[in-house]
Parts: sequence; C-alpha cells; structure tokens
Amino acid sequence: MNKKDLLLEIGLEEMPARFVTNSMNQLSDKVKSWLLEKKISFDEIRAFSSPRRLAVLVTGVDTAQADINEEAKGPAKKIALTEDGEWSKAAVGFSRGQGASVEDIYFKEINGVEYVHVSKFIKGQETAALLPELKEIITSLSFPKNMRWANQELRFIRPIKWLMALFGDEVIPFAITYVQTSNMTRGHRFLGEEIKIANPADYEKSLLAQYVITNPEERKRAILSQLEKIEEENDWMIPVDEDLLEEVNNLVEYPTALYGRFEEEYLELPEEVLITSMKEHQRYFPVKSKDGKLLPFFVTVRNGSHEHLEKVARGNEKVLRARLSDAAFFYREDQKTDITVSLEKLKNIVYHEEIGTLAEKVDRVRKLAAKLSEDLHFSDEAKAVTDRAAEISKFDLVSHMVYEFPELQGFMGEKYALQKGEKEAVARAINEHYMPRNAEDKTPESDAGAVLSIAEKLDTIVSSFAIGIIPSGSQDPYALRRQATGVIQTLLAKNWNLKLEELIAMSSENVIDSKIGKKSKDELLQELVSFFKLRLKYLLQEKAVRYDLIEAVLGSEIGSVPSLVKRAEVLESHKDNEGFKESMEALSRVISIASKAKDKGDIDSSLFENEYEKALFNKYLSVNEELRKEVTEESAFNLLISMKPVIDEYFENTMVMADKQEIRSNRLNQMANLADMIKQFANMNEIIVK
Amino acid sequence: MNIQNMILTLQKHWSEQGCILMQAYDTEKGAGTMSPYTFLRAIGPEPWNVAYVEPSRRPADGRYGENPNRLYQHHQFQVIMKPSPDNIQELYLESLKALGINPLEHDIRFVEDNWENPSLGCAGLGWEVWLDGMEITQFTYFQQVGGLECKPVSVEITYGIERLASYIQDKENVFDLEWTEGFTVRDIFLQPEYEHSKYTFETSDQEMLFNLFNIYEKEAHRQMDEGLVHPAYDYVLKCSHTFNLLDARGAISVTERTGYIARCRNLARKVAKTFYEEREKLGFPILKDKEEGSHE
Repeated sequence: MNKKDLLLEIGLEEMPARFVTNSMNQLSDKVKSWLLEKKISFDEIRAFSSPRRLAVLVTGVDTAQADINEEAKGPAKKIALTEDGEWSKAAVGFSRGQGASVEDIYFKEINGVEYVHVSKFIKGQETAALLPELKEIITSLSFPKNMRWANQELRFIRPIKWLMALFGDEVIPFAITYVQTSNMTRGHRFLGEEIKIANPADYEKSLLAQYVITNPEERKRAILSQLEKIEEENDWMIPVDEDLLEEVNNLVEYPTALYGRFEEEYLELPEEVLITSMKEHQRYFPVKSKDGKLLPFFVTVRNGSHEHLEKVARGNEKVLRARLSDAAFFYREDQKTDITVSLEKLKNIVYHEEIGTLAEKVDRVRKLAAKLSEDLHFSDEAKAVTDRAAEISKFDLVSHMVYEFPELQGFMGEKYALQKGEKEAVARAINEHYMPRNAEDKTPESDAGAVLSIAEKLDTIVSSFAIGIIPSGSQDPYALRRQATGVIQTLLAKNWNLKLEELIAMSSENVIDSKIGKKSKDELLQELVSFFKLRLKYLLQEKAVRYDLIEAVLGSEIGSVPSLVKRAEVLESHKDNEGFKESMEALSRVISIASKAKDKGDIDSSLFENEYEKALFNKYLSVNEELRKEVTEESAFNLLISMKPVIDEYFENTMVMADKQEIRSNRLNQMANLADMIKQFANMNEIIVK
Repeated sequence: MNIQNMILTLQKHWSEQGCILMQAYDTEKGAGTMSPYTFLRAIGPEPWNVAYVEPSRRPADGRYGENPNRLYQHHQFQVIMKPSPDNIQELYLESLKALGINPLEHDIRFVEDNWENPSLGCAGLGWEVWLDGMEITQFTYFQQVGGLECKPVSVEITYGIERLASYIQDKENVFDLEWTEGFTVRDIFLQPEYEHSKYTFETSDQEMLFNLFNIYEKEAHRQMDEGLVHPAYDYVLKCSHTFNLLDARGAISVTERTGYIARCRNLARKVAKTFYEEREKLGFPILKDKEEGSHE
C-alpha cells in the first residue's frame, strides 16, 4: 500500500477576520468527509489558516481507493428458478443489474430461506485520478457573506489569488475562475516571496521562512508569549480578551506585539470610554498596573517583523491620540448639557416608526415601573428613586459619547447622572436597566435597576409583538427572546412573586393606550403568554426537569415565575418517590372530570348524598385554607397529595355523573373547585404516570 | 510630500495603469462615489477605468474650522476599475510606495469593512486599509449600484487625502497641512470652512431648502421620463446635498428623515435603471470599442 501526503491551499485576498477560523474548519471537514466517502484511507488531517489562506494537509493518504468486495442479495431461490430448473427472468435481471451473469450466482440461506447472491469486486481507483474533485469542495464552501469580482460568476468569501494542490510532489490539476493550481504559494505580503513547495510536508516550515505562521494556534501562542514578555519587562498586567485575541490573530500572518503610550490627561475619561476606543476601534489591548489600574499605554499586534517598531508605535499613538481627543471633546460637551435638555431631545428621536419616539417609550416604562414598585411595596424613597431613574433612563442616548460609542449606553448614563447631581441609586439603576446585556451578563443588583430592567424589556417585547415583530425560527432581529429571558432571570434573582400575566397585561394596556399596532389586549396577552411559556420551558429544560413535569407546571397560568420554577423542582424531586404516580393519578382524575363542568359554581353541601362527598369537601376546605397562607411549594405539594386517600374513596363510592341533574351539577362543581386549586400548582393531567 | 504632489503622484500612478484622469464633477456631493463617473459608470457591462480628485461636502461635519480633524469639505482621491483587475491590491500598494510609504517600515493591513449606501441602493464588500492603525483608504468591490447587480464588478479605491497627508506630513492639525509650497490648507480653506459651517448651522433658509428639494426632485423625475439621464442625475445630486443641509440644520425630524432618504433612493434607483437602458439603446459603445483588443 502506497501513501503520499496531500496539501491543498486556497490563497485569497484578506478574509474578514471573524470568518477565518470557521472557514478553515469547514474546508478541513469537507476534505475529510470526501476522503471517507471515497474510501481513501489517510493518517491525519491538519488545518491551517491566515488572513490570506485556508489550507489542509493530509498525511499518509493512500494512493488508491480501497477495493470493495460486496455481496448482493437477489430474489429467493424458488423465484430464481423456473419449474424446469432454468434461471427465471427475475434471476437474469438481477444478475445483469449487478453487472454479473447467471454463472456468477450462488445460493445462501437467510432465516431458513435460500436466496440468490452474487459477489462483486470493485477495484479502487487511483487517488490521483479522483483528487481534481477537490475543486468542487472548494466551490461548495459556504460563507456568511459572499462576493463576486471582476467578470467571475463565482461567489466566494474574497477573490481567489492562487491555488496550491499537491499530492506528493505532483500538482493536482484543476482551475477555479482563472486561477490554475500549481505548487507555488506566497509568503508574507511584504516580508516574504512567492515560493515553490516541493513536498506537502514542507508546508509549515517553508512558509515560516517566508514570515507566515500558518498554524493559527501557534500564532496565538506567539502573540500571548509576546504579551507576557511586555508585561514582564514593564511590570504591567495585560488582560486578554479572548474575542479580541481571536480577531487580532486572524488579522496577521506574522505577529509582533508592540506598545505605545497616550497622554496621561486622557485617563480622566471614564475607563469604559478608553477601553472601547482602544479595543473596538483600534483592536488594541489596554494595559493595567499590577493592582488593576488602567495605565496610559496600549499594546497592538503588528503584521510584520521587529524592524521599525518605533515608527509603527508612533503612527499608532497618533491615531489613538486623535480618537481620544475626540472622545475628550465629546465628554466635555456632554457635561455642558442639562438632563432636561437631553430629555427634550428624546421627543424627537423615533425609537421605531410604528412604536413612536423614545420619549413615549420612556413614559410607558415609567408608568409600568411605578406600578411594579407599588406592587412590590417599595418604600417611598425607593419609589422615588425608581421613578426618577425611569424618567431619565434614556437621557444618555442623545449624548455625543453614546452616538460615537453606542455600546456605552447606560455606562455613560450612570457617569453623567452622577456628575449632574443625581442620587447614586438613580445613576446605578440607569446602568443596570440594560442588564443582563447578554447571555453571560448578571441581572441588576439594585431593586430600582431590576424594576426598570423588567419594565423596559417588557415594553420592548410587548410593543414589538403589537406591531407584528415576533421571533420565529432564526429570526429575532430585536433579540426579544434574550430580553424575555432577562425578565425571567431578574424575577428569579430577586425572588419577586409578581404575576407574569398581570405584568404583561399592564404593559399591553400601556402599549394599546399609545395606539401601537391594532391587536386587542386579549390577542396580545395570548401571544405573549405562550412566548414567555416557551422561554420558561427552555429554562426548566436547562435545569433538567423532566419534560412532562415542565408541561404540567406550564399547563395552567404562569403566575409567579420563582414559584413556578420551584413547583417544577418540587415535582422533579418527588417524581421517583413511592406513591408519586398514584397521587398524581388521583389529582389528575379530578382535573379530567372537572373538564365536564360547564362553569364553576358554588358547592351546596346540602345536596351531598354520601359521607365521602362530605369528607372530600371538608378536606378541600382545610387544604385550601392552608394553601392560602404563604406556604412553601414543598408544603403545598404535600398538602395536595395528602388528599389522595380521600379522593380515591370518593371515586370508589360516588358517581359524579349522577342521573339527577341537580346532584350531577353539584358534584361537577365540587370537582371544578378542586381542580382549580390543584391546577394552581400544576396541571397534573400532563404528568405521565404509566 | 505636500498635498499637491500627492495628487500628482497618484494621478501619474493610476494614469500608468490605464485610468482616464478626470476632473472633479461640478455638482456638490457627499462622496466621490456619487460622482456620475462612479455611480453611473459602475452600472452595466462596459469597461471603465478612471481616477479623479473629488471635493466632498459633508455639511454635518462642519466645525467652523476649529476642529483639527473634521471638515465641511474634504478631498477624496477616487479610482474606479471595471472589471476589477486581478492584481488590484498590488497596484494599490505600489501607489503607497510612490507616496513614499515603505510597507516594510509600517504596519499595513486590510481590515474587513463592508460598504452600504442605502440611499443610493449601493452595496459593496471590501476593506478599510490601515496604516499603523489609521484608516487611510476605503477599498470596495461593488456588488450592487442603484439597486442593480454589478456585472462585471468594479473596484473602488477611495483615498482620504487629508488623512493620508496628515500621516505623511506628520501633522496633528489638518489646517497645518501643506497644500503646495508656501500654502497650507488653512490659507486656502479656513475661511470657507467657517462660512459654510455658519451657513449650514445658522443662516441657511430652511424653507427655501425644503422648496428646492421638492423642485429638484420633480425635475429629476421629469428629465428621467425624457430619458435624459445626466441632467436628471445632476438634480438627484442636488436633492441629496439639499437634504444633507437640512439634516445638518436639524430641520428634519427622525420620522421625516426616513421619508427623505426613501425619496433619494427612489431617484437613484430610477436613474440607475434609466442609465442602463440608455446605454443599452446605444449598444454599450465602450464595450464594442474595447472588444477587438480585449484581454480575457
């Protein structure tokens, strides 16, 4: 068996850094599946990438496909032979279909029946003859953004500049657009040259000599060790943001880290502003002292060697200086603007064409926040803080700074509010009302921040639903799902037992009062409750609650989110206990029969015909009374299952659907009241007890 | 190197690559892309290689000549090549060398930057070119212009003249840049910067501007209906500049803004379509001329 190495490199104009790693993995996955599909054996597959290249090196590739010995099964013997013992049409057809003749047929018994078989041998093809198919692998790569260039029809991530395809020392011949494969590759744009790769195994080493580190992990390690060296030499700490490192790594073929400085006076700017200027706009790493204080230095990673580092540093300093002087100008200007002036401007900013201005949104949020702080029995002071924070929650959106750095919304609000003499709690709530900002972020800590966060997110979700912006599939441009999850997480973190349906209803009323959309309150409520239920379902799934238990707690109204989650957890913790199934069956039976009740009328104890009805009634009254007290979910569960023997005895001795209409409807009333009480915990009908 | 020599150098470089050297187009515009030499000529199958300096007016960026980095009017050096040549990045890097920028002494990078101008129905993919962290050039492969798919694709290279000069001349303040020996940007442009800023933010007649917008828009449509693309396009440019003046003045509320942008976009799309049809009627003459001696 002969083996050779296979090398494929696509040379490109600079790819977007954010797509490089995925594209590399995609290419290597596709080459691998192709080899497997073609039954060409190989030892190892390695992927390489840089801004200008995607490559795979496969070692020990067999020079031919594996031969295939296959056995094909045909019709049963009695069908394959005619009465005269001749081959039937079926047998002839089968053998021909397999590329064989009747002489090749033999019989083999399967489960006591003899069948016709032929064995097939397919000689594996030469790998070299198949390799031009790599062309289709390349053209089938898919990228998040594609482009065309020149006269070409091909859509690709960036224009293809060269193609290197080697099997051993032979070039694999194919062409894409006007680019023909060869054994030539290109080194670093400025430091390297065009070179010939004689053997695939030389790939990494040869390109390194041309100032290209083709292994992205190795490049990353080089950057990290250079950062460490700079840290050591200067007694600094350079916090490494993984996303930034990944991006920087895909912007360079030969990284050299260097540092520059900026004027100390800019340290007066808020840290977030400095860090955003450096990271987002310049892809610099900010520098801190060992005790965590931001220092007037930055580190950048150049695509090149150690030559002329001074010059590069000076150029970068100049750029950062211009940016920071802009930021300082905005900061000073913003400080001159009164909050009232900013609030006035919000009236002129359209949040969404069909939803209205930001000022209108703020009004709705303020109203909802006031209602929430009332329901949560906030102190007068806390109410005042919440209200003021709501009123000015968006004033920083019209600042120069947030216009330049939108990601600083809230951060700047907090800073500016403090400077303009607002209470610390108010300032803090402004920042916190955007939390959780992403899946990893924390929920607001302060009560005012939490109320504001819930109110703002609810208003966004409800007003979006009102105008028909509803997430579906992968479509969720306004990140409404994340915001709904944020509301749920905040309610949980605060352990606030607000009823979610009521919150949604209040928010819907505000939205309808603002004449947003044309939906009725009921329509909105229905859509939103099922939207939130789906979010809760995912949350409970993440907590590994069994699916039918999730369906059970979501089977009636949501009510308090913390309580709902606890109820699910109680069910989950009891589900394997002895007697759980039987208790659920009993409760579920009540709910089933209650569905026959037309409405839930009062129970008339004078109509009881046996003691079991009476016993159940008394039990119901006592359990209901207990449940009305603030009992834990665990106690509530125990109270409910304590009814099991009484329910069982009731059903053994009582016919709910009695002939006499009066009796029947009284019994149904009793079932309905009981079911109502049970369903406040969960709809046990959903629980699988079989 | 002063700005005048930079321009001469770039002109010489791109002229040697077969570009027609054009002069700035004489109607106000916000970017070199809006010149008919780019916007219209990027449409359709005819080849087109051109380079020109475009003074670009951005009323909202006016700072009364007081800000060291922002200008009411700055200059772009614009290159369009259609179809985009295979070695366009190399040609561009050579132009930097011609300007005295040795890539080995700097950090030059092509950083993803996709360009979209919804008001012109334009979209392109490409990069901003970084020189030691400073964005000095926009490099774009047009994919769509005026709502029409680009076939073949043009490449657009836009140098920010003042940006680049501030690097080459190592100046912190744009007004200190030397235009030519004995003349700085301050000498030539400070007064107009101040006056245009004052006009834009304080003294412009809003009512007149609103009226003009409507008049220009109507005339653009009327001329397009006549199949007169170029006069129509001049009025589209006037609409766009008038809108920019009103917008900078804060005269257009956010709600109205969307409406005005949509009106500009409709005009641009209609012009693009009309231009294509008119060239088609003429049999795409440049395509015919070039076909005889054409490469691939």
